[in-house]
Amino acid sequence: MHAVYPLVLGALLFAIGLYGVLARRNAIAVLMAIELLLNAVTLNLVSFSAILRDRYGMGQIFTLFIITIAAAETGLGLAIVLLVYRQRATADLGEQRALAEPVEPVTADELSPRNVEAEVAR
Amino acid sequence: MSHGYLSPTGLEIAFVLIGLVTLGSGLLVVTVKNLVHAALWLLVCMGSIAVEYLLLTAELLAWIQVLIYAGAIIVLFLFGLMLTRAPIGPTEELNVRHRWPALIVGLGAAGTLVTVIVQAYQHTWFDPRGAVPLGSGEALGTQLFKYWVLPFEVLSVLLLAALVGAIVLSRRGRDTEEAEA
Amino acid sequence: MNLLALIASLLPALGAAVTAAGGRDLRHVKFWSTAPVGAALLLTLLVAIDHGSGGASVHTYSIGTAGAFHVEIGTRVTGLSAIIAVLVAGVAICVQVFSTTYLGGEPRYPSYAALISLFTAAMLTVVYSADLVVLLVGWEIMGACSYFLIGHYWEKPEARPASIKAFLMTKAGDVPFLFGIIALGVQAHSFQINAVLAATGQDRLHHPAWIAFLLLCGVLGKSAQFPLHSWLPDAMAGPTPISALIHAATMVAAGIYVVALLYPVFALCQAVLIVMAIIAAITMTGAALCAFAQTDIKKILAYSTVSQLAYMLGGLAVGGRSQAIYLLLVHGAFKALLFLAAGVVIHRVGSNELSAMGGLRYRMPVAYTTMTIGLLALAGIPPFSGFFGKEAVLGAAYNATGEFAAPGRIVLIFGLITAGLTAAYSLRLWLGVFHGPFPDAPHEHEATVEAPQPELIPLILLAVPAALLGIVVLFGSGFSNYLGGWYGEAGAAGADLWPGGLTTLLSLLFVLGFGGLVFLAWRRDEGADPARALLGPVRPALVNGFYFDRLIDAAVVRPTRAAARLVGFLDANVIDAYVRGSGTGARGLGTVLRRLQTGSVQFYLTCLFLGVVIMAAVYAYVGTVS
Repeated sequence: MHAVYPLVLGALLFAIGLYGVLARRNAIAVLMAIELLLNAVTLNLVSFSAILRDRYGMGQIFTLFIITIAAAETGLGLAIVLLVYRQRATADLGEQRALAEPVEPVTADELSPRNVEAEVAR
Repeated sequence: MSHGYLSPTGLEIAFVLIGLVTLGSGLLVVTVKNLVHAALWLLVCMGSIAVEYLLLTAELLAWIQVLIYAGAIIVLFLFGLMLTRAPIGPTEELNVRHRWPALIVGLGAAGTLVTVIVQAYQHTWFDPRGAVPLGSGEALGTQLFKYWVLPFEVLSVLLLAALVGAIVLSRRGRDTEEAEA
Repeated sequence: MNLLALIASLLPALGAAVTAAGGRDLRHVKFWSTAPVGAALLLTLLVAIDHGSGGASVHTYSIGTAGAFHVEIGTRVTGLSAIIAVLVAGVAICVQVFSTTYLGGEPRYPSYAALISLFTAAMLTVVYSADLVVLLVGWEIMGACSYFLIGHYWEKPEARPASIKAFLMTKAGDVPFLFGIIALGVQAHSFQINAVLAATGQDRLHHPAWIAFLLLCGVLGKSAQFPLHSWLPDAMAGPTPISALIHAATMVAAGIYVVALLYPVFALCQAVLIVMAIIAAITMTGAALCAFAQTDIKKILAYSTVSQLAYMLGGLAVGGRSQAIYLLLVHGAFKALLFLAAGVVIHRVGSNELSAMGGLRYRMPVAYTTMTIGLLALAGIPPFSGFFGKEAVLGAAYNATGEFAAPGRIVLIFGLITAGLTAAYSLRLWLGVFHGPFPDAPHEHEATVEAPQPELIPLILLAVPAALLGIVVLFGSGFSNYLGGWYGEAGAAGADLWPGGLTTLLSLLFVLGFGGLVFLAWRRDEGADPARALLGPVRPALVNGFYFDRLIDAAVVRPTRAAARLVGFLDANVIDAYVRGSGTGARGLGTVLRRLQTGSVQFYLTCLFLGVVIMAAVYAYVGTVS
């Protein structure tokens, strides 16, 4: 089999997952897109395991690990989403703006030389 | 045995067809307006990936994929949807308002990765049948407990931590109880 | 002997440090300001006696190597430096003792006394130093001390600008002086004075005239010669003992001393000698005229100092090295005496103005006697010391031959005129202060108002050399032999200091003529100023020092101020505009960039992945192409 088929499939799946993470607003939908990302990676690992015939089964065993970790991640992620939902009554990521810098308009007066000097003197 | 794009083997044809199903269902996961449908399309996607694993002779992994992803994780998602009272029907609020930056990033990533992969592996062929013994449950178990025991144990601790963490997070805090009481 | 010289120059510095450290207790200050200077005087005397006429005795300590130069500092004792050191320490101890009562009650007396001690140490360093760099250090410390001491009464409006003026004008000379010293050291491959003189003697200097001119600039600044002279009269804003020490006997003498020390460098080129002679001629006559017109007695003495220093410079210009040094010595004694006596008078009268004085003959007998001796010496009346000093210089000018002949003519003519002018202003001062009617009290025979003893003793001590230093000429060329030759060698044929016949006659004629004129003018009205009658319309110009300050104001100060205003304008309106603009720009940019901080995690993530994809694409492209 040509090596490009499985690898390109993994790459495209990754791109779709990336788009999903960035384009979805609902937290659970984002988590789903993350699953797609993880699957793209595991697909790559399995492909390389078959292409390179590694004796230690590295690719497949890492896939196993990743599936385990993905399960744990999904569980924790959903728990966090639940918590956020309980506290804020929404799972919408677009509404979570606590990180934003509060924007207060700078007045022209504040930039005048006299005020700057006074500030320096202080 | 000669290779070429124009004379695909049966295995390749099967792989490409299943791959198209995977990509199509993946695209639907990130685009449909109904959240429950998205979860179900994710199920299809996971299942088709499991079939791809089979084609790549990762026999054990294929079954684990079906069990854990298609079984457990999808169910988790559905529970999450219920608990957060997510909109069940089609809704516009599922996507961000401006999708073109995400589209640019996604297309860029796809273009870059595909270009690199095609450049690097256009002359590589492999025979999946030769790798059959590596993907069997016996072989994988042997390797796991021969070479990868320590990560395996560490992973069990991680799972435990995730379990405890999830419980702590989703348990109703005392202050919340008091507030509700 | 060199060790004694070293200790002598370090002792006053120690005294300065201890004085400044324990400034509260007056007795402590008085002891530590006088005792180390007194000990230094004893040591300098020992050095002078021990040295005999034994050439140059150099002892240096190796410090290390700096580039191409081996740094050695130490002391160099010649007859010249030994005798000047005695003068410095002698005047310094007199001034310190005088100050104990004169300024003892003032709040800033401790810092004043410490600065005088430090100044003495610096002057002794200049005198005893074995190399030019240490000499320069002492030279600059003197400049700084002078600045502080002139500004001692910083409450007075005239003292602050005077101190700044003195500092700037001497610095204007010191910058070329520094370059001159560097040029000397580089061309002689050593800063040791002996090495420099040896190199000069072997004609190894490339442009001796230029070096001499550079050095001359420093000398003009320090010794207050035209055109850098105008700081000295203004410096009279400082306390009177300072004027006695710094502006009569020592610091201004440092310039003359350096010329005498490096005399071969100056004597190599006739142009330098002629320039020196012209400057000396202008300065001595002009300053004497100004002195005649002044009404402030300290300014009279200040202009007289400028004039007498020009005499010494003139003596050096005509090859009369030992004659000039002899005049320096004599002048140091009688000018210190005059300043201290003037200080006594000013303190009792309460004013500097000549018009506020008169008839003090009976009220202040000691001041009268000593000041009379000093003025007689200044006027050049035989047998007082000043007469012999002046005659020695005039004799040197008359007898000058060869390359010294041309400068000799200039110095002789103007020297004779100045001799007469000197007698005139001395007489005017003497008559104005001690004779005639006392302005405020009708009776001359009122109770005597005498200064305390610590002020009178220095006067009497200084009056002795002022009167008797003429004895030196009895030894003929003995003084010159003691000083040593141009290169510091022993046994050079020294000049005879005995007054020559013709010049003595001429100068006595000038003295009597000018003095007689003043006396006649005074006899007409004893209360009036004879200068008013004699000078007529030119008097205002002379009182203002030929309007020299106005010239400097127009030529230097105003262009500088205009340039400063221009720079200030550029700074406020051009450079600050950039500064303010960068501030405004940064804030504006911040305001714009702040809009990007939306708080949306997905937005951040999009930016992050966009960057990652771009970097990956570029990396892949570059990797593929190469």
